[in-house]
Amino acid sequence: MTVEALDARPSPTSPEAPPSVLRRYPQFTISPAILLALLAAWWLATDVLGAPTYVLPPPQDVMRALLGGLSRSPWDKASYWYHAGITVWEAMLGFAIGSALGALLGLVLSHWPILGKSWYPYIVGFQSLPKVALAPLMVVWFGFGLEGKVFITAIITFFPVLVNMMAGYQAVEPERIELARSCNASELHLFTKIIIPSCLPFLFAGLGVASVLSVLGAVVGEFVGASAGLGMLLMQFTQAMEIAQLFAVILLLAVIGFLMNHIVSLIERRHCFWAQRSNATART
Amino acid sequence: MEAIRAVAAPLDPGPAQTPVLIRAHGLSKTYVTSSGEVTALKGLDFEIYDGEFVSVVGQSGCGKSTLLKLLAGLLPFTAGSVELNGRPLRGPTRETAVVFQSPVLLPWRTVLDNVMLPIEFRKLPLAMYLQSAVSLLEMVGLSEFAQRYPFELSGGMQQRVAIARALLQEPRLLLMDEPFGALDAMTRDQMNLELVRIWGRSRKTVIFITHSIAEAVFLSDRVIAMTPRPGTIADIIAIELPRPRDLSVINTDWFGRYTARLRSLLDAQGGLL
Repeated sequence: MTVEALDARPSPTSPEAPPSVLRRYPQFTISPAILLALLAAWWLATDVLGAPTYVLPPPQDVMRALLGGLSRSPWDKASYWYHAGITVWEAMLGFAIGSALGALLGLVLSHWPILGKSWYPYIVGFQSLPKVALAPLMVVWFGFGLEGKVFITAIITFFPVLVNMMAGYQAVEPERIELARSCNASELHLFTKIIIPSCLPFLFAGLGVASVLSVLGAVVGEFVGASAGLGMLLMQFTQAMEIAQLFAVILLLAVIGFLMNHIVSLIERRHCFWAQRSNATART
Repeated sequence: MEAIRAVAAPLDPGPAQTPVLIRAHGLSKTYVTSSGEVTALKGLDFEIYDGEFVSVVGQSGCGKSTLLKLLAGLLPFTAGSVELNGRPLRGPTRETAVVFQSPVLLPWRTVLDNVMLPIEFRKLPLAMYLQSAVSLLEMVGLSEFAQRYPFELSGGMQQRVAIARALLQEPRLLLMDEPFGALDAMTRDQMNLELVRIWGRSRKTVIFITHSIAEAVFLSDRVIAMTPRPGTIADIIAIELPRPRDLSVINTDWFGRYTARLRSLLDAQGGLL
């Protein structure tokens, strides 16, 4: 009501009146409204229209399951914290290894074109392989422990970072390299002061994709064989037809994926603040 | 035309009076492309004296930028020889600084850090140069912008940062490759005035690439006119306009005669684009 009242306020004298709260902060006004509407529709479908709970449990059941799982101590193996911790740990380790290798190899393959050209067909071939198909093999190689999940996550996160890093290298303005050469810059300085910073916006684009994929990798790894983790919980709850619990874990995974991605974009905003605004002026 | 020749010839400073900084002999550059060989420069002979301001004019594609990159040591030449300060030129040297067509500022560095970049590259003591970096920024009128980022600056300001960055290296030779080509006409005039002022204070040897005849005449002691494809030297004209110069010199007869002479030289070679 107040928002509407603000909006409807006539402002004939000031054509540059500040835009309404809705326009300025849709993420704090419209977005929560959408969430409420979705929850209401969910509740309507289940409690009022009577969708069967084994298909779609009502929101309050899911909430209860979520709170139940979260209210236990993190060391309790029935708590979500315990399993979430394991999944996040797997995802983060795999993400760190996969993206570090991807970034490094992206630089190496771009900087030495002979390497890049000779490896390119294999990279393309391996990239077109659905990496998830490797998950069962991981069980054979590494068993049911941490290593297999980290490995599959590393493979999945490796490619978006590699591809973006190579694109970033290609996009380095040649004038920047000429400037460095005209100042007798060493190869190391060329990398640390010109090429790597120039690639950062591309690297972060790759890391953003990889951060979300890392949770996928860990969960898939747990699907094929694990004694703990949210992916294993998903399998357990499905077999036990505990659909409300299943929904709670899915929700939790969504939050984890969002947070991983959010952390990456926070770091990006800190280190790549210049990328958004300089593109407009850099071309002059 | 005859009058200019008469004025220019006796005033041509010989090596006896002023030391030669650059001596190029038979300088040629051929690019090998997939569609065959392209001769960009053919048999260039010239000398540049210490402290001189020399412009190179010619139409697009006459090899002006190639010439600058050769002199900067950024490109190997195919034939001929270049001596810089008596030593044969092989690759970039400590004595040369380049101002490129675009400012080439690193967007993640502040203005001051951009100016300091060559000092880092050359592994010189940063503390020793910081004070001169600050005063150079003052000289180009940007002292208040030292801690700003390039995207907060206009195109003209960015190019002034690039000039400060080049001067901080204390080069004997400043190579400028159409540095004001991307700027609007008003800013360009202003930058030319500023460059004349800066050059008057620092007295570096400057080689200035441009396709503007008026700019070349206004700035230079001598102008090298180039023929297109393959690039050769059509003529070298000495500009005997009094210094210090301001924009009013553009309206004088002498200025008009110099530009007319250069224009006819370049027109004879297929015209300016």
